[in-house]
Amino acid sequence: MFAGRIAMERLATGSARLASANAAGGTAGSAAALPHVTIRGLTKRFDRVSIYENFDLDLPRGKLISVFGPNGCGKSTLINMIAGLVTYDAGEILFAGKRREQVKLGYVFQNYREALFPWMRAFDNIGYPLKLMKVPKPERRARTERLVAHLDVKIDLNRYPYELSGGQQQLVSIMRALIVEPEILFLDEPFSALDYEMTLFMREQLQRIFIETGMTIVLVSHDLEEAVYLADRILLLSRHPARIADFVVFDSARPRSAATLSSREFVQTKAHCLDVFQREVRG
Amino acid sequence: MKQRLDPLLPVVGVVGLIVAWYGAVWYGIVDPVLLPSPGATFHALWSGMSGGALGLDFVKTVWRTAVSTAIAAVIAIPLGIFLGSSERLYRSVEFVIDFFRSTPASAMFPLFLVLFGVGDKTKISVAAFGAALVILFNVAYGVMNARKVRLLAAKVMGASRLRVLLDVMLLESLPQTFVGLRNGVSLALVIIVVAEMFIGSRDGLGHRVFEAQQLFDMPEMYAAIFAAGALGYGLNLLFILVERRFVHWSGK
Ligand SMILES: Nc1ncnc2c1ncn2[C@@H]1O[C@H](COP(=O)(O)OP(=O)(O)OP(=O)(O)O)[C@@H](O)[C@H]1O
Ligand SMILES: [Mg+2]
Repeated sequence: MFAGRIAMERLATGSARLASANAAGGTAGSAAALPHVTIRGLTKRFDRVSIYENFDLDLPRGKLISVFGPNGCGKSTLINMIAGLVTYDAGEILFAGKRREQVKLGYVFQNYREALFPWMRAFDNIGYPLKLMKVPKPERRARTERLVAHLDVKIDLNRYPYELSGGQQQLVSIMRALIVEPEILFLDEPFSALDYEMTLFMREQLQRIFIETGMTIVLVSHDLEEAVYLADRILLLSRHPARIADFVVFDSARPRSAATLSSREFVQTKAHCLDVFQREVRG
Repeated sequence: MKQRLDPLLPVVGVVGLIVAWYGAVWYGIVDPVLLPSPGATFHALWSGMSGGALGLDFVKTVWRTAVSTAIAAVIAIPLGIFLGSSERLYRSVEFVIDFFRSTPASAMFPLFLVLFGVGDKTKISVAAFGAALVILFNVAYGVMNARKVRLLAAKVMGASRLRVLLDVMLLESLPQTFVGLRNGVSLALVIIVVAEMFIGSRDGLGHRVFEAQQLFDMPEMYAAIFAAGALGYGLNLLFILVERRFVHWSGK
């Protein structure tokens, strides 16, 4: 509860804290140095096809990690296993000493049309996770309103999801994931069903959320430019059984902008990732 | 101009039918004993429905159909949700449900007569039996076909199995449940009307049609047929309106 309040305050004071949040990230204490998620010996098979075989991975805390890899290599399966939506055959997934049930997670699905509840107004969709946590209605309202105001969302939240555009629906599902102030936010190709203009807008929203909350974000993306642009780390996976082809660091300052896309470090990092990817796909 | 007249399109068929009917009577194409004029028929319908015997029969049939559908819904909806919540459970009873769903309900009359005797109980229970299977099948499929992503979304937000069932599966199944209710009430009406014809009945639309035919009172018979048609159409419409009101997301 206490940690949650701090996160909320950070959300509420937003950009004013931006500089200090960055500074805190830069001089990370020992807690931040410990991985947020530790995966050891993870094994997952579908029928007889091995998707993960003795797989190890550390997800650093407070970083935005992009996951990139060939189609069907197991990106969704990986985040689903971490989120507890898919079981695994062997190995362990640890959350810095906590059990899975003790960790608040947010999850944003690619298919917002099927992920939102069409029988609830957008406002109630966003508040639903709080309802599950038995938060009383007035507080639910207040927290939802605060989040909406903070994100500066200009959507009529009294509408039903099917009355909103695709981008608006995805924004609603992102807010539904954020409302519980999760420690980790997973997004599985969240923008791939949106048009280009909306995608650009949503990337900026996500970056802003990340800067302001400093939570750990895992973003599965099939767009390499997006994956690098948003990330602190780019996890490149091979074909299944998936190995870590590379775990690239991209430390460009935030907030990033169009200028970032033409900077040398961005171009080089992207080129390197593409190189690794092509080698993996061919090999 | 063209589009403003569009709502009147359904009237075209009705007018066409009545004109053809008049023509057939006028030119004596059909034996006037078998086909009375529309005027005589609508007169019989009007006088029968406004204070005549036909009105009472109509109310009786509505009552029996409503009771049997209500019984069917009360039994079949919870059972359908229960069976549908586990695909394995449903698969294990699927054959039995499909078998009885395919059995003509009229074949069950003798059995129910033995159980309940000649009276409303038999009519209502056979109709409820037929309707329940239709509703059950639809509800169970509605629950089983709940969008997988939606269930996962609820799960990852921390919903328990019971909450997933109540908050997601139940609502997900509503559109299909209404399909079941519409089909169920139609079937119940068919069974009730048949039962009223042949199972020692002294009232109801089926009885009215049958008796009019026995007495060779053709306007009366056609009037009763139209009343039954209007009832079937009205019930279907009623469920569609209720569905639109409460399941606003259906098909979206
Ligand atoms: N429920 C399942 N049953 C059987 N095989 C599955 C199942 N889910 C995934 N797979 C298989 O596991 C592999 C990894 O699937 P996953 O969805 O994780 O891939 P992905 O990297 O997310 O792919 P994409 O880029 O297409 O989203 C695929 O080859 C897929 O066919
Ligand atoms: Mg995927």
